[in-house]
Order: sequence, then structure tokens, then C-alpha cells
Amino acid sequence: MRLYALAVYLFLYIPIGVIALFSFNAGRHASQFQGFSLQWYGRALANPLVMEALGTSLRVAFVAALLATLCGTAAALALSSLAGPLRRLFDALIYVAVMIPGIVIGIATLIALVTLFDRVNPALAVLWPASGQAPQLGMGQASLIAAHGLFAMALVILIVRARIAGMDRSLIEASADLGATPFGTFRQVTLPQIAPGILAGFLLGFTFSFDDFIIAFFVAGSETTLPVYVFSSIRRGVTPEINAIGTMVLAVSLALLILAQAILRRGRRQGSGG
Amino acid sequence: MDEDRTTRAAAPIAEFREAGKRYGSVVAAEALSLAIARGEFLSFLGPSGCGKTTALRMLAGFEAPTSGQVLLDGRVVNDVPAYRRPVNMVFQHYALFPHLTVADNIAYGLRQRRPRPPAAEIARAVDAALELVRLPGFGRRRIWEMSGGQQQRVALARAIVNRPKLLLLDEPLAALDRKLRRDMQIELQGLQRQLGITFVLVTHDQEEALSMSDRICILRAGRIVQVGGPRDLYDRPANRYVADFIGKSNFFEGRVAATDGDRATLTLAGGRSLDGRMPVPLQPGAAATASLRPEQIVLTRGPAAAGGVPVRVANRIFLGEHTEYLVESAGLGGFLVLVPRQAEADAGALEPGDLATAHWPPGAALILKAD
Repeated sequence: MRLYALAVYLFLYIPIGVIALFSFNAGRHASQFQGFSLQWYGRALANPLVMEALGTSLRVAFVAALLATLCGTAAALALSSLAGPLRRLFDALIYVAVMIPGIVIGIATLIALVTLFDRVNPALAVLWPASGQAPQLGMGQASLIAAHGLFAMALVILIVRARIAGMDRSLIEASADLGATPFGTFRQVTLPQIAPGILAGFLLGFTFSFDDFIIAFFVAGSETTLPVYVFSSIRRGVTPEINAIGTMVLAVSLALLILAQAILRRGRRQGSGG
Repeated sequence: MDEDRTTRAAAPIAEFREAGKRYGSVVAAEALSLAIARGEFLSFLGPSGCGKTTALRMLAGFEAPTSGQVLLDGRVVNDVPAYRRPVNMVFQHYALFPHLTVADNIAYGLRQRRPRPPAAEIARAVDAALELVRLPGFGRRRIWEMSGGQQQRVALARAIVNRPKLLLLDEPLAALDRKLRRDMQIELQGLQRQLGITFVLVTHDQEEALSMSDRICILRAGRIVQVGGPRDLYDRPANRYVADFIGKSNFFEGRVAATDGDRATLTLAGGRSLDGRMPVPLQPGAAATASLRPEQIVLTRGPAAAGGVPVRVANRIFLGEHTEYLVESAGLGGFLVLVPRQAEADAGALEPGDLATAHWPPGAALILKAD
């Protein structure tokens, strides 16, 4: 059993380890380690295409995570005061949204947006005052943000809901008892109590968007995010430069996930109050 | 004007008028009518589910009565939300804000006031409150750095710093160990006298209610059974339920055979008769229960002294200051007798199987309505 588990772990992590290892390779062949070097990192960071893709990825991830955090927190608060079958329905729908394979979300979002644009664009062309100059809606950063934001929102709702559920309800009563208005209670008690969940939700949403390839592949249009760039360059062969990019993405993602986990754990301790 | 002031002082600080609370078909409290006097220490006592917490929550403003009225200081407050009531509560599990320091927890109520008092004034009030609950210098601590007993004091300080018209205490001592609980009982009582604030306590612990309260309101299944001072309830329980809840008692079922003023004779199921005092008048023939406190019974060694009940010792439990004997008698069945340590030392301990005689003073037995 133990050997079996070991094999599973090796199988999972050796390829990742190899990528990280070969990103430090001095030579240019992916099969042969020729000494330690950071040159591929330097090259990757000096490549304008990489930097542009990175910029797009960061922008999309930040805006998507921000929108998801705002809407997701509001939704989680509303859900927590909802009762009965409606609440169970919404809860189930959120779980489903998280479980649906990325490719389904990608295709579905693509079809939905294309259909929408096909309807809206002719209408815009007619309604626009200066004919022939009407803006054309199309795939791009906005559609990426929308698709990522929706998925990240489901993550935020899950995390913030768990946080609200773990909160001591009597704190809200105590606040009201001490004379705080409902808004005062929200600002002074509820928000500080769920803040770790909100922050963790933002970080997870950001990480998801930053890492995502499948959805981005469908809805990015002419935009290139970092994972999409990696995918397209791999068709020209795996270079140590790609390894370096992959390792950087991995490092950033892991750091954010660990940070989110630490925030949640610290928050849980403060929430229970000893 | 003087008269006005006296009538105001005599007017109750809080009042239930036929107040009831239903959740769908579940009745949590029904037709509660009770006036709480200014400055008194009142306890709601009863087992869980008796409606005591509902009564407290109606005073706090967390529950609105579904029938009747709740009044604070002469004003109907049925629809006044908790945050607009001059009432503060000490919660069962304290409900201290874990993200705030001890001082910020205590200052919370003062900071909600509009206009907000100056910071220096708040700081002074917080220090005074910490002093009052004997936690001076603890203001900068975090809540989770405090022990259970200390958290209890912080919760108390957080409530009294606002000088509420009514301080509500929801089983505040339930989470403390026995010794600490006893200390806090004394402290609470002292604090109440010192501040002159009306305290309303909810508890299921009869000892706690007896030791601290001016008056106790006993509830059962959402209704008030009896309201009175601790001695009243102990000596003149309205029925078997109260006698059973307040203190320990032996009960003998029977029927009222004859009455004479507040005296009655009960015929027990076994045919034996028993004389006693009747706090609430009963008609001859009514089903009744005789209640006899274990500490009012005296045991003497040897069989059948005049006027006594011959018994055989069945069991003996040592309780420290007292020894509890379970004795069997032919006519009355088994009952408990509490013998003080000194009396036992004088007469010599009885062993299981020994024959003895049980006596009690006339009027010790109470003839109560069966329920």
C-alpha cells in the first residue's frame, strides 16, 4: 500500500519536478542537464511576447478576482439570510458551477457570447448615430474577465459562505444589544469576522484566473494570456524558456494558495475566540 | 411633583402583559404577566424549554411577542429593535468580539452612542468598568488570551459600562466550574447592590436562583407557575412542580380527607393518613401530594417511638456536611432523610438494615395540589 502511494506521488510530481529542474538547465536540450543557469529566466523575462501575455494575465486575473470578490461576498451574505429550499437550490447550483469541467464552461461561454454579440452588434450598428463607426463587440479581455469572474465568484461564495456559517451568531446579537444599528453591526462585526474568507476568496479567484488555460483558450479572442502563450509556443518544441515560465507560474500560484490557506487558518483561530 | 417621582419610582422598570411567543405551532411562552420592580434581582427559573430564555429575549428585543405586550419603563416596546433598547445582556457564551481587544469590547456600546462621547471619557469609563470587575490593566489583552472566568467578567463589564436600565443575564455562570461559579454569584449580587441596576437572570440552577435573587419566577412549558421570594417558594410552593424544583423533597400521593383552615389531612394510597399544612386551599376529596423536605425529618434509633413512623434504613450516602439516608416504611414506602453531621455524630451512625423511627414537626409536611 505504501509503495503504491509512493508510486502515485512520484508519478504526479516527477514531471513537475523535471520541468522545474530543466528550467535551470544551462544547455538548450530538454533531455540533458548541462549545469545550473538562470539564463532561461532572463530570456523569458526579456521576451516582449511573454511580458505582454503576463501583463494580460495579471490584468485579467486582478479585475476578474476583484469583481468576483465583490459580487461573491454580496451573494454569500444574501444567501446566508435566505432560508428553506431556495437556499439549498442556490447552494447546490454553486457547487455544480465549481464542479463543471473547464472545457464545458469554455464552450458554453463561447457560444453564449457569440450568440449575444451576433444579436447586439447589428442593433448597435443601426442605433449608432454615426453610421459605419459603431463599435463591434467581440472576444477579448472583457469576455475573459467575464468568464473568469463568474467562475471565481462561485469560489468566493463557497469560501465566504463557510466563513459566515462558522461565525458565532450571538456576536451579531451582542452588537445589536450594545446599540449598533444593522449597518453598524455589519461594518464593525460581520465584515471583520468574514474578512479572512473574502481575502482568501480573492487570492483563490486570482490564482484560478492566472492559471486557467481551457476557458481562456475559448474566450480570449485575439488576446494571449500566459498559459495560452505557453501552449502555442510548445507547438514549436519544448524549450527551457517554457520550463522557466511554467516554473514561475507554478511558484506564484503555490505562494498565493499557501497564503490563502494561512489567512483562513489564522481567521478560524480568531473567529473561535479561544 | 414629589408624588410624581414616587409613582415613577414605584412603577415597574419592565413588565410583561399577557405576553406570548409562538413559532408556528410551537408555543415558547404563553400569557406571561409579570412586573419587574426597579432595582430588584429577578430570576427566571425552569428546565430547558420552559420559556425562560424566550422571556429574556423578549426583554432584550431579539424576539417580538406574538401576543400581548412587553413594556420597558412604562413604554410598550414590542416593535422597538434591540439596538434602540436601554437594556444590555450578558450572553451565555459571552459573545465577546474576538477581533477586538478587551478594552475595545467594553467600549463597543459607548462608541455606538450618538453623539459619540469623547475618547477620553470612553477610556475612563472602560477603566472604571475593568476596575469594577476586578480586571484592572487587562484592557490591551486579546479575548482568546483570557480564561473562561476572565471572559465572563469582560462580558459583564461590556454590559454594565452602558449603565443599562435592565441587565439581562442568560445562564451566565453555566460554563464556569463550581468554585468559580460560587465566587461569581457573590460578586454578581454585590455588583447589583452597588450599581442599583435591575438584574434579570435566566437559569436552570435552583441553587443559583435561590442564592442571588430577590424574587424568582418559576416557569413551566411556557407559563409562569409561581413568583415569589426564595423563602416563599421554599416554604410555600404553589404545587408539587415548584416543591420539586426548589430544593429536594419527598412526595406522597393521596387525597384530601379533611381540612381545617390551612391544615389538611391526606389519605395516602396505602391507607395511611398524613397531616400537614396547606399553602393553597384545596377541597376535601381533591387529589393532592404531600411534600416533606428530607432535612425536616429526624431519625432516632430503635423502633416505634410514640407519634413516629417506624422505618428500616435501606441505604446511606455520605455528602460531607450531611448524610443522606434512604429509609423504607410500611405505610409510606421509601423516602429520603438528611441528617446533619453533628446530629449523626451525637446519635451514632445508622447502618443499612437498622430499625429507626422518623419524626417531623407538625406542619412540616405540605399538602399541595397534585399536577
